Amino acid sequence: MAKLDSSFKNMLLSLTIISVGMSAALGFVYNLTKEPIAIAQKQKEVQAIKEVLPEFDNDPTTSVKSVGGLNYYTATRQDQLVGFAINTFTDKGFSGRFTLMVGFKPDGTIHNISVLDQRETPGLGTKMKEPKFKDQFPGRNPAVDKLRVKKDGGSVDAITAATISSRAFCDAVQRAYEGYNANCNLDSIPVKAGSLTTDTISHSKGGNQ
Amino acid sequence: MSEIKHFTKGFFKENPTFVLVLGTCPTLAVTTAAMNGIGMGLATTFVLVFSNLFVALLKNVIPDKVRIAAFIVVIATFVTIVDLVMKAYTPDLYKTLGIFIPLIVVNCIILGRAEAFAQKNTVYNSILDGLGMGLGFTLAITLMGSIREVLGNGSIFDIRLMSQEAKTILIFILPPGAFLTYGYLIAIMNRIKARYNV
Repeated sequence: MAKLDSSFKNMLLSLTIISVGMSAALGFVYNLTKEPIAIAQKQKEVQAIKEVLPEFDNDPTTSVKSVGGLNYYTATRQDQLVGFAINTFTDKGFSGRFTLMVGFKPDGTIHNISVLDQRETPGLGTKMKEPKFKDQFPGRNPAVDKLRVKKDGGSVDAITAATISSRAFCDAVQRAYEGYNANCNLDSIPVKAGSLTTDTISHSKGGNQ
Repeated sequence: MSEIKHFTKGFFKENPTFVLVLGTCPTLAVTTAAMNGIGMGLATTFVLVFSNLFVALLKNVIPDKVRIAAFIVVIATFVTIVDLVMKAYTPDLYKTLGIFIPLIVVNCIILGRAEAFAQKNTVYNSILDGLGMGLGFTLAITLMGSIREVLGNGSIFDIRLMSQEAKTILIFILPPGAFLTYGYLIAIMNRIKARYNV
């Protein structure tokens, strides 16, 4: 079969047919992968929350609260509050924005932190994912403990040669804590806790983790 | 005999990375770890095989003046398919490769093979060519990724070879290290080619 010559009709027809055929193929694949993509994203979310909070048995992704760019997840176990996971961010990273998941116990101390999405320099800024840096945070309460790098008068050991990333990390945690103070109150606890006051929660539940 | 060479030439004689020096953007950018090299390489191979297949199939119904537009539509479709499939089934790899998956569309290797090979050859040969070129590319960037990961991070395929505290040559996982590694590999490749006259 000889090649079609480039007449207007031929060009129009062949491009149209190819585009329509390819769009159909794309639509098919899109439908096929829509569900797995949603599942994978949800799994990632739940996985990150599991990493930063003590054991819980509800599905925190069903009651997400979104305020000012931060997402708040409430985790409960047998209807008792175990903590809040906060999806926080900073724009002070070496390569722009990165996001963290910070888990707070009901008394305001940090349970754990996990790095969600980052573009820091491999081998330098990415060390914030390693225990040596990250494990400085669990157990601290930002209300009494200044979460700043030592250079800025705080108590966090910065990563060698990655002060900017370390500062940004502290900034994100601080943002999460401010959000925690502003938004994680009794209203966001789904069940049973309605009768308790903030004080009783912080004292009675804080101890049994 | 003649057909198998369409497959094998991609590995050495016409290796897209080291000999044709095409597709350097993903080569330099994603090779910070060996695993990224494999992921990027296989994604590119998939696109390359299917775009070659379709271009060879359709070569007679695509008028010359609109061939580039038609090729790009075909390529973009398969890139989007890879993008969706990776997002669904390998979310971690998808996250590390990030923007470079959609950017396969503008990878010169793919349009280059469509233009230089698939539109002049049979479907069977075009598939062989796509497979060979794709795997040659995969091999090349995995090699680069391994070198950079070992020297810069002290690990390979995420398996630690040195202790966490060991000093590594950090520059190899930074952008300048990509150019250094790439330059040396091309030099070695040229040396081998000159020595053995291949």
